[in-house]
Amino acid sequence: MYAGQRFEWFQQVNAKLSIVATPFYWVADIPSKISGWGESNIRSRETIIKDNERLSAETILLKAQVQKLASLEAENVRLRELLNSSAILDDSVLVAEIIGVSPDPLHHQIIVNKGEKDGLYVGQPVIDALGLMGQIIDVGAYQSRVLLITDPSHALPVQVNRNGLRSVAEGVGLYHQVILQHVAATTDIKIGDLLVSSGLGQRFPVGYPVATVTEVIIDPGQSFATVKASPSALLNRSRHVLLVFSHRREEIEDGRQSG
Amino acid sequence: MVVNQGSGHWVITITLLAAVMLSILPMPLWAQWGRPAIVAMVLIYWVIALPEHIGIGVAWTVGLLQDIVVGTPLGQNALALSVVAYLALILYQRLRMFTPVQQAVVVFVLIGLNQLLCHWIQTLTGTVSPNLLFLLPALISALLWPVLSVFLRLLRRNYYVN
Repeated sequence: MYAGQRFEWFQQVNAKLSIVATPFYWVADIPSKISGWGESNIRSRETIIKDNERLSAETILLKAQVQKLASLEAENVRLRELLNSSAILDDSVLVAEIIGVSPDPLHHQIIVNKGEKDGLYVGQPVIDALGLMGQIIDVGAYQSRVLLITDPSHALPVQVNRNGLRSVAEGVGLYHQVILQHVAATTDIKIGDLLVSSGLGQRFPVGYPVATVTEVIIDPGQSFATVKASPSALLNRSRHVLLVFSHRREEIEDGRQSG
Repeated sequence: MVVNQGSGHWVITITLLAAVMLSILPMPLWAQWGRPAIVAMVLIYWVIALPEHIGIGVAWTVGLLQDIVVGTPLGQNALALSVVAYLALILYQRLRMFTPVQQAVVVFVLIGLNQLLCHWIQTLTGTVSPNLLFLLPALISALLWPVLSVFLRLLRRNYYVN
């Protein structure tokens, strides 16, 4: 245990050993595989028709929203060029399936079915359709461990989407809550504010939604306000997650190598 | 005289592997704190039943496997299960005489110790439980013990494990 904490080579051995765990997770996942199969194969005609209608309506809506996006993106790039700041690059993503969750309620970790073979790396951001979920902490050959943003040991730099106010969102061990530490009592932050990742930690890309502020308690006796927020991502309900390959990270590393 | 090599040990292996698998099976959120320490229970049963074959070595190996699978610091469950197996080895002669209820009480203490050791090690690595709920699995395990021991005894009789 001591070695696991202190030596890097030991952690690498540990990551290699996780290949032993793969069959266990595969077997433990069978019940949910069966229910998933049942859900997609045993359905009434009505539900399929209803789903189809709903999905095509959703597609039209999303397409309409995307129409504007192209021109907005171009405009954004032009404005950033005017400001001489670096352009925001597109991130590529990889879809992975959740095959296990940590059995210990104190550890908010999930296991996904992608690993070293797919080019995952430690520190890689993980998102779902609605927001940021967490980051990779262990990469095995065929599976990886993800630390969720609600884990008590996790914190990430965020900013308020409305006014750019920076803060740090920390997990407290509850799936529906993160808290912002050390927010001055006079800060302009309101219930309903969207928190997005600020990218300051150099780990998460900029601009992914993280949480929505649900509670701001300003106690005159305390020097800091208590700000609670609920994560945007469906941390305990998603089945599929997206692994983000941030191009900026590669650039930084290239820069380090050449410089 | 022929030395008793034992037979049917694959049954022990399979039950232990199944226990490790059950220990990572996803549970609904409300039941998360009460997950029975199934690996420790199966181990205690086999130690009581076959103390000449199953001991601290097996406990250590299974614990290490559980550590790898669950992702806890390597050695946490190995240490806790070894202590549990050691105590069960000391107590097995008395435990065999006990009624299921008395056995369940001893199992409660052993699993409680297992949970406590695991929690201590976790505290060392930075995860502190906010309350004593981490001891709940001991109670659940003790309640499940009569069922599990009857089931494993059936397996043992059927496959002539000795």
